[in-house]
Amino acid sequence: MIKYLSEYRDVELVRVVIDEIKRTITQPWVMMEICGGQTHAIMRYGLDQLLPPEIELVHGPGCPVCVTSLELVDKALAIASQANVIFTSYGDMLRVPGSDQDLFSVRASGGDVRVVYSPLDAINIAQQNPDKEVIFFAIGFETTAPANAMSILQASSMNLMNFSVLVSHVRVPPAMHAILSSPLNRVQGFLAAGHVCTVMGYWEYVPISEQYQIPIVVTGFEPVDILQGILLTIQQLEQGLYEVDNAYTRLVTYNGNKPAQKVIQQTFTTCDRKWRGIGEIPSSGWCIRSEYASFDAEKRFNVEGIHPNESPLCIAGEILQGIKKPNQCSAYRISCTPENPLGATMVSSEGACAAYYRYSLEEI
Amino acid sequence: MSHDLITHTFLPFFDNDVLRRSNDAGVVIPKRSTPDHNLDVGKLAISTDSHVVWPLFFSGGDIGRLAVCGTVNDVAMMGADPLYLTAGFILEEGLEFEILERIIKSMQASAQEARIQIVAGDTKVVQNGKADGVYINTSGVGILPNDLIIDGAYAQPGDIVLISGTIGDHGIAVLEARGELGFRSGISSDIAPLNDMVQNILEAGADVHVLRDPTRGGLATSLTEIARQSHVCIEINETSIPVRPAVNAACEMLGFDPLYIANEGKLIAIVSEASAGQALEAMRNSRYGDDATVIGKVIDKPEDRVLMKTALGTTRVIEMLSGEMLPRIC
Repeated sequence: MIKYLSEYRDVELVRVVIDEIKRTITQPWVMMEICGGQTHAIMRYGLDQLLPPEIELVHGPGCPVCVTSLELVDKALAIASQANVIFTSYGDMLRVPGSDQDLFSVRASGGDVRVVYSPLDAINIAQQNPDKEVIFFAIGFETTAPANAMSILQASSMNLMNFSVLVSHVRVPPAMHAILSSPLNRVQGFLAAGHVCTVMGYWEYVPISEQYQIPIVVTGFEPVDILQGILLTIQQLEQGLYEVDNAYTRLVTYNGNKPAQKVIQQTFTTCDRKWRGIGEIPSSGWCIRSEYASFDAEKRFNVEGIHPNESPLCIAGEILQGIKKPNQCSAYRISCTPENPLGATMVSSEGACAAYYRYSLEEI
Repeated sequence: MSHDLITHTFLPFFDNDVLRRSNDAGVVIPKRSTPDHNLDVGKLAISTDSHVVWPLFFSGGDIGRLAVCGTVNDVAMMGADPLYLTAGFILEEGLEFEILERIIKSMQASAQEARIQIVAGDTKVVQNGKADGVYINTSGVGILPNDLIIDGAYAQPGDIVLISGTIGDHGIAVLEARGELGFRSGISSDIAPLNDMVQNILEAGADVHVLRDPTRGGLATSLTEIARQSHVCIEINETSIPVRPAVNAACEMLGFDPLYIANEGKLIAIVSEASAGQALEAMRNSRYGDDATVIGKVIDKPEDRVLMKTALGTTRVIEMLSGEMLPRIC
């Protein structure tokens, strides 16, 4: 696998694409990388330092940990605090601040909170602990949805009744609509999230590109991938074109991974969902179908009295929509750090604030 | 996080000149309680470390070898020659005798290799479920000449930064032993005593300003600590940092950065520019130093920071590890 990475970090190739971008561009353009993984790669490799000043990259909402609603985080914390429960989650979620605490502090006060690498690990834990309720916190965009859906199907076929899933699945296309229809929108081109498109393909983006007359380029995560995505976007912008293009052809096809999409459809149905800091976006989520309601942790655990209390200082919502950047926040690096985060964007490995904190030279 | 705990919780109460230096070991000049009667034994370096690694055995080592080498290395990082160790064992009720014996044999072999003696010990047994088999605390004492000062606060602009070999091996080996990789990396822990390497560097006449073993938090965290202690900037080159391909591959899959992965048999040496060649040669001629190399230099600004020149020619900041290292989602 590693063998297929070095080619996309090749210094010479990076130089060639950068030169081509510089030759093509004639005026300022604002583009958004949708995925937080891309934001981190841009900051980690310092790609912003190589680009001509005409290009402004704003950071998108594609950080599942960041957009999981505070209400749902608080529900997770309430469930995880209960006796006779094993709460399993991807590691990235443990540091995310809820209204009062995070999953780490639940664990420190005796809660059984475990990091898993895959929802199937949670299934194994449920099998090994038949006398306990095992919950998996299924967060993520379209990328993690197939595996999470599989865990529900598998639990169903095994009749594993002590297993349930707390679902916070979100979808990219409705978020793009929300960003583009906002009066504050500055985005003129999108680098679409390569991993999401590996599952979903990019047919969903064609009507968005047409409706808002905006170029959308499916983009990967390595330096050459990202720069290639930027180049294809700039070429369209400079020529006044707006199309959906694919700069991640080694993994993404127009139709995507059909079996994976089928598993998603079998298990989930589209629903409205709240995004942390942004608010409710219609049809932007996936919820568990009624056939599998017995595996829905929200239904199984009737968690009452959730009163989400967001930090008044945190501007993560504006950052996730590309309206502001992390260093434009008054709390950034002062009252908000990875040790004491006010918002999820400061702790997630895909969060824009964490990327600035970890890699950016601007602060010094 | 442990940095914060030390600075804000322990230091205010235990505060003294030795602890405040925040080095791997405390360096003291032994004195009698009555003034004007200094003992003429040179300086002592004293360190202590508790070991709670799980599982107890992993590729390339075990908790016993770790307990010996960890403290030997902390003492050695002050330029001291480690002489004596103490060992305290907290045993979980029900621990198999065979397992304990394997651990003790491993400690004995490591002590022999490091040419130190374990001269005092203690054993406590706790109820089943109150410890992961066995916890081991070791304390160590070493001696160093009166005129030798190696200290995290002594990095100076112009100095050269060296590393004694590949980074991240120990952390990945332990993750694999825990079954958390989900695949075989073939990586073994690098646990090793580094006292011979340190003495070789000093005997080669290198003008050594800082030595540190980048254990928990990895190379990034140790370099950041040194930059803050010395109020300098440390600039490293991404392409110079030795990382095994298998460690790189494991990190890529899990979303980790090798810069933050623990090492147990590596040292960072910061030496004057003029003596960098001697130091490098001494490291390479030492056991465990085959892959030693120059990774960067010390500059004056921005103070308290570590910067990395990437392979692409850009520059980025290196921060300390904050909290537990967590795998990413996708």
